[in-house]
Amino acid sequence: MTVSKFKEALNSGKFVVTSELGPPKGTNLDQMMHHIELLKYRVDALNLTDHQSSVMRFPSLGGCLAVKERGGEAVLQMTCRDRNRLALQADLMFAHSRGINNVLCLTGDAVVVGDHKGAKGVFDLDSVQLLRLIRQMEAGKDMAGNDLDGAVSFCAGACCTPEASPIEPQLIKFEKKVEAGAEFFQTQAIYDLEKFAKFMEYARQFPVKILAGIVLLTSAGMAKFLNANIPGITVPQDLIDELANAGRGRGLAKGIEIAGRMIAALKKDSVCDGVHIMAIGKEEVVPEILAKAGL
Amino acid sequence: MKSITRQKPLEEVIQQVRSFDQIYILGCGTCATMTKTGGRDQVIKMKESLEGLDKTVTGWAVIPIACDEMTEVAMKENERPIRNAGCVLVMACALGVHRVSSYTRNPVIPALDTLFIGLEEKPGLFKEVCAQCGQCVIGETAGICPVTECNKGLLNGPCGGTNEGKCEVDKNKDCAWTLIYRKLKAQGRLNLMRKYQPPKNYQMVPRPKAARISIGEENRE
Ligand code: SF4
Ligand code: SF4
Repeated sequence: MTVSKFKEALNSGKFVVTSELGPPKGTNLDQMMHHIELLKYRVDALNLTDHQSSVMRFPSLGGCLAVKERGGEAVLQMTCRDRNRLALQADLMFAHSRGINNVLCLTGDAVVVGDHKGAKGVFDLDSVQLLRLIRQMEAGKDMAGNDLDGAVSFCAGACCTPEASPIEPQLIKFEKKVEAGAEFFQTQAIYDLEKFAKFMEYARQFPVKILAGIVLLTSAGMAKFLNANIPGITVPQDLIDELANAGRGRGLAKGIEIAGRMIAALKKDSVCDGVHIMAIGKEEVVPEILAKAGL
Repeated sequence: MKSITRQKPLEEVIQQVRSFDQIYILGCGTCATMTKTGGRDQVIKMKESLEGLDKTVTGWAVIPIACDEMTEVAMKENERPIRNAGCVLVMACALGVHRVSSYTRNPVIPALDTLFIGLEEKPGLFKEVCAQCGQCVIGETAGICPVTECNKGLLNGPCGGTNEGKCEVDKNKDCAWTLIYRKLKAQGRLNLMRKYQPPKNYQMVPRPKAARISIGEENRE
């Protein structure tokens, strides 16, 4: 059986770092390859998005293979938006056969927010059902209960939104995901460390690893945009002010500093088990963030 | 049950009846009257529109319940003008159109699009409440249908996109799962939300659907 290096890292007790890469829109993989080379030994796993925001792109699976081929550890993102239960199972078997040992189970954004608005959203399964399906396939059965000639094995995770409002329905779903077999969680972007610490108090009751989502801020405008448009993200005013006061052309540098500072604080107090860095198009600065975090 | 309908654009109706000079119009006194798509006033208006195009309307009627088998009786009463027409234009939901077509040899043409089955939430606002999925879960979701009301049809709780009780897809629309959560909580039945709901059996959905419902041996075919 293949082992997941990522799972070993999660279980080692060290502060785990993952980073997210968005595959390109098109077949020119140069930039993605460059980012993979840049980050593959700096982080514990590279996480490839699956048509993020419902925008059609090169597949997560293809990105994961590229990571694997280059000696890195990949996390396959899998949304329920585009594939029915047959396609999901096929992709899981393929991923497993090619040494991709980690999967993040997501519902997926709605089709209408993306760039193929007329597409049929599938949502045959939801994220909880997908997690269960993975555990069933690990036991050697497909979803219909037929025997598989060769099972799969994954370190499976899911997402959660610690700052959602109202929070209780999200927490109920979090628990359902734990019961369905989630081993780790990536959170939506967090900025309010106090609130996050509270969530962690709750999450610590469960035998799962929590990676705090770190979204790189690049300007005060971007922070305001996140507040207005992305559910479950609240950038506090003092951070917005800090970015605004950084001066012209200094927003990105300030954002890197803020991200580094937050990671260092989370690590220092062992608030959570690690972080998941989402630099959204600015992946080349991830090493700088890590340096600022003292990692 | 209420069938929610919308009148087809007049150009489309005209296009469909273009080869008929004589037309008989049937409306429906129930759902299509309520949605103001096939009641008396709309039938008369349709008649005038067609006459304005030099068509002859051989007669019209508003059948109490067009989808009912009583439709046959109503159509018998109007047999002559119906026979004199080249086609029957039906201003009822598709159920009415089907009923009517089984009682006449004439071509039957729908003047309405059937949208969904739903309820009138407030005057003029009709909301779909059921997609007829064949495996009703609303006993465990506080009477709110996640299949119909959640944009993603999720069965195990809200997606991460919900915000302040609104849906990620449409900020003017309530998130079905927040509604379900609030209602279950008020009922003291929040535990139902913790229950795992398995994937749906979409075998219940493919067309054509038909069900044989036991109504006693003597009535069986
Ligand atoms: S779950 Fe919803 S769509 Fe399915 S039968 Fe019940 S109300 Fe209708
Ligand atoms: S926000 Fe609520 S209603 Fe909208 S897709 Fe998500 S769970 Fe469904």
